[in-house]
Amino acid sequence: MEKVKKKIGSFSFWNWVTASIIFRLILIYFPKNLNLSSRPEVSTPLTSFRRLAEGYWLKQSFMSPYAGSMYHGSPLLLSLLGPLTINRIEGQPNHLLYSLVSVIADVVSAMLIRATGQNLRLAYLRSLESLDLVKQIEVSGDIAALIYLCNPFTIVACVGLSTSPIENMAVILCLYGACSRLIPLAAFGWVIATHLSLYSAILIIPVIFLLGCGPDSPPRKLFLQRHQQKEVLNQSKLPPRFSWGPVIHFAFWAFLWSVYVLVLCGISLKQFGGLWEMFKSTYGFILTVEDLSPNIGVLWYFFAEVFEFFRNFFLIVFHVNILFMILPLAIRLRHRPCYLAFVYVAICSMLKSYPSVGDSALYLGLLGWFVNELADMQFSLFLFCGYVGVSLLSPVMHNLWIWRGTGNANFYFATAMVYACLQIVLVVEGVSAMLNHDRKLRNLITGKPQDAKS
Amino acid sequence: MVLLQRPHILLLLIGTHQFLQCWIAFGSVNEEGQKQEEFSEELLLKPLPDHKLLAHFHFQSSGPPSTSNGCHHHLFPKAISQLVQKFRIKEMELSFTKGRWNYESWGGFDPLSSSNAKPPGVELWAVFDVPQHHIDASWKNLTHTLSGLFCASINFLESTATYSTPEWSFPPASGNVRYGTLPCEAVCTENLTPWLKLLPCRDKAGIALLLDRPSLYRGFYHSQQLHLTSTGSSSEGIDSGIILEQTLTVVLQPNSEMAIEVHASEKHIQPSWSLSSIFGKQVSGRCVLAKPSSVYLLLDRGLSAANGLTSENFWSNPSFELSANPDRIFLEESSSHSKSLSILYMFQVEKYCESEPFDIGLMWKVPVAWLCQQTPLHASRFLMGSGNERAAIAISLKSTQFTEGFMSANSKDGSCELRVDVFQVVPWYVKVYFHSLRVFVDQQPRAVSDIIEKIHVSPSKDKMSPGVMEVVLKLPCRVNTAALTIEFDKGFLRIDEYLPDANQGFDIPSAIISFPNFHASMVFLEDDSLNKSPLLSKFQEKCPVMSYTEVLLVPLTTPDFSMPYNVITITCTVFALYFGSLLNVLQRRVAEEERFLKAKAAKKTGRLPLLLSKLSAKLRGRRLEPLHSPPSSSSFINSKLVLKVILVAGLAVGWQYFFS
Repeated sequence: MEKVKKKIGSFSFWNWVTASIIFRLILIYFPKNLNLSSRPEVSTPLTSFRRLAEGYWLKQSFMSPYAGSMYHGSPLLLSLLGPLTINRIEGQPNHLLYSLVSVIADVVSAMLIRATGQNLRLAYLRSLESLDLVKQIEVSGDIAALIYLCNPFTIVACVGLSTSPIENMAVILCLYGACSRLIPLAAFGWVIATHLSLYSAILIIPVIFLLGCGPDSPPRKLFLQRHQQKEVLNQSKLPPRFSWGPVIHFAFWAFLWSVYVLVLCGISLKQFGGLWEMFKSTYGFILTVEDLSPNIGVLWYFFAEVFEFFRNFFLIVFHVNILFMILPLAIRLRHRPCYLAFVYVAICSMLKSYPSVGDSALYLGLLGWFVNELADMQFSLFLFCGYVGVSLLSPVMHNLWIWRGTGNANFYFATAMVYACLQIVLVVEGVSAMLNHDRKLRNLITGKPQDAKS
Repeated sequence: MVLLQRPHILLLLIGTHQFLQCWIAFGSVNEEGQKQEEFSEELLLKPLPDHKLLAHFHFQSSGPPSTSNGCHHHLFPKAISQLVQKFRIKEMELSFTKGRWNYESWGGFDPLSSSNAKPPGVELWAVFDVPQHHIDASWKNLTHTLSGLFCASINFLESTATYSTPEWSFPPASGNVRYGTLPCEAVCTENLTPWLKLLPCRDKAGIALLLDRPSLYRGFYHSQQLHLTSTGSSSEGIDSGIILEQTLTVVLQPNSEMAIEVHASEKHIQPSWSLSSIFGKQVSGRCVLAKPSSVYLLLDRGLSAANGLTSENFWSNPSFELSANPDRIFLEESSSHSKSLSILYMFQVEKYCESEPFDIGLMWKVPVAWLCQQTPLHASRFLMGSGNERAAIAISLKSTQFTEGFMSANSKDGSCELRVDVFQVVPWYVKVYFHSLRVFVDQQPRAVSDIIEKIHVSPSKDKMSPGVMEVVLKLPCRVNTAALTIEFDKGFLRIDEYLPDANQGFDIPSAIISFPNFHASMVFLEDDSLNKSPLLSKFQEKCPVMSYTEVLLVPLTTPDFSMPYNVITITCTVFALYFGSLLNVLQRRVAEEERFLKAKAAKKTGRLPLLLSKLSAKLRGRRLEPLHSPPSSSSFINSKLVLKVILVAGLAVGWQYFFS
């Protein structure tokens, strides 16, 4: 996978960006968006365009958008994107305006990824320099942005009119703000991302690390060791210690933004049940996995099959599974907050109740930031082939099951299972590769033979 | 001597007798003043254009408000009166139907069809006289009671996901009405028997004697109804009169063998029939408790026009022959928009007895063809789309010959509009997108706001409430076809929510299409005896014209029902894989690092950590690395052994203690 990305990187960046935008525009002009908007891979109950349109219709006819169990998104999205679901331009595709918003969101996300990547690269170069290790490194920002833009998953999510490009943009905005120390922006991104999908809340940990100690660098211990060897302690070359100032600043802004968002939601839902109803049918819907329509995750089939009296137990188990890993990862990867954010996003998109390809597109894009560090990752070819295979097989199995009636739910579930396994391998191998990379750096510094890999 | 003494006794006897008579007479007068409980039995027979015969049994019991009698009833079924008193029912209708009413050939505009054509399965609606927040509780109790009373699974209507609250498009509209249907309920004799039990004579005497199960259930359509109306306000207490109407409508094919013979010889001649040939039984006298007990034969407008029946010649008609002489003949009051009139022949059952049973037959002599009066628009409903992911419901309205007549009558006005109310309930697993509502008039898509005058929607909540859509359409009179389409997603259920035969599919209840501008009524020429007949007075009431659409069968995707354990174990394995391997990666230290740490630990600490590290090394099956401080003395080994023994013993004791 890495080699492919390198090849992409050698071409001109802007040519690729234009090409991907043009490709999206061409796809938009296909009739009915190639039926992508109703694919289960693209539109989950949370991101579906049709449900958004239904929510907007209900709101327009003076009913609560949460009156039925159709809409589970944010009331702000309804106010911003709702009008675009019915506005039509004569002679143009039905949802042109909405698609254009998605395309713009994608491009903005890619640009933010690029800027953050450049930031990270600079930080990386600086830390390598202070460790006296000079190395040729890739322009990871460009690669990450291109992976995000040209990823078929992103394209499908964008053309399929799902709301995930906007959710992804909020997440990236949060990380960008934290990396470039724009605290209000980071707080805004975090609040919006949490508002749109609950899982982004755990990004607060990498954001705090980013604000507290700055972007990714090798472990602090390494710097100390290096300086012990050289017998000089140059404080300026050390990465900064954890500082609480920006974190408190961030907390203040996050509080401010969340109050702001809640007030806006409260105003838009004033005549229909208020905020409690909103929390019940957005966060409550995410946590209780009420909708059992198939998606690329595994929970829908699990909860369709599991016995009623075990349901609550397993709901707790699966959600705690996400929470359990937060602390160990945060301890081990605290010196690499961006990488920590990537791992969190990947874990969430694997274990969340209603995953879609848009979530996968996000973490695959973020993966591009770490091409240098993860150059030695194992199984990358296997993973690449696995992703391609699953994304080809899954629609086939879905077609066999739902449309032709010749297949069985187990066929589709099997592909979802394989997909979950692939993501698990990606996360585990990614974390392992990153830890090995740190070990390698330490070995380079302490001058010990390279037997660290095992 | 004895006789001399006796006159006193005789006088006394006569005196007491007279007194008793007086007393009884007084008592009866008293009861008449209070209105008595009444029961009537009637049967209406009507030939249908497609060689079939409609038989409509109508039994009516009325229990007047009775403070004096308390809970006692002479004729009125006690179970029903208790039901009404307990749940404060203002009005209720329960129908069990098998088969589908053929609106095209059996008509839809007359009072008979608009009140007796019901959707397949069970339909129940009730209006309660209780405060708003008690209605749902009353409804739940009512469904359970009725379920027990009629041996049907009406109790499935208990859950909020199955019944709905129509706002205004359902004709007995008011805020307190609840409406629920069970389209897949199988109706059979087990439902008929408890229904017959409510009749005072059951099916042992009177017209109910004709209800022969095999011939009834052989029919094309069979609908058994129970309509309750409680008169007067019952809010003060139990003081309310109840009218119980029990009707049974069947459409039968008279005598099939004969029909085939006739079919071969003469194509268009209607089959001849008699009561005994249809039901295999005859009426041997009335039920003694029934006040009017009569049989009617109705020839509707189309038929009388086709026969050339007019007000002059209906006594002796050349085209058919009746086997019994009618006691009375009623003519319909002439209405504005049709020249021909319906004719009603009445036969009184009272005149017949066991030795001379009543059996009416109709013999056709010439072939006749006619059409029944149809609804303004013929409604049908179907599913569009394929696959198990999404589909669309379409309700199509087609103009009938009636609309043409209506149109020509009203075309002078220029702006003439036809109002159509649509009431549609969908179960929650049919996830309707109301924003996708489209209207087509004469196959041209039209703006929804142009045609739909009023819309009320209550979207479905998963497992909580069904989706309800009430729409008022204003169609131009010259409309040929109109269609309403709405898209939906098919839901996915948990395995225990599927019905026993999951692959058969799920039913969407019938939509109700009503035409509030039209009222079906049949007013027969004024006569005193008419007031006595509840059936005919019911015909005179203006009832709204409505028709039910077909029940739709939606196949839903099924999961693999045999898989729960496999799915649970496989998913949990994958999650364990994730958890274990990630944790392993995070806590793994490379061998060198481990050695370094161990050395550090050994230097820093005493024996116990060393011991533990050794123990762990043993447990892992690895060879212990050469220690920095080799075991110095045998006492140390001994103490180590002792410690081990103590540890094991402690574990064993703990184990024992825990499990005892």
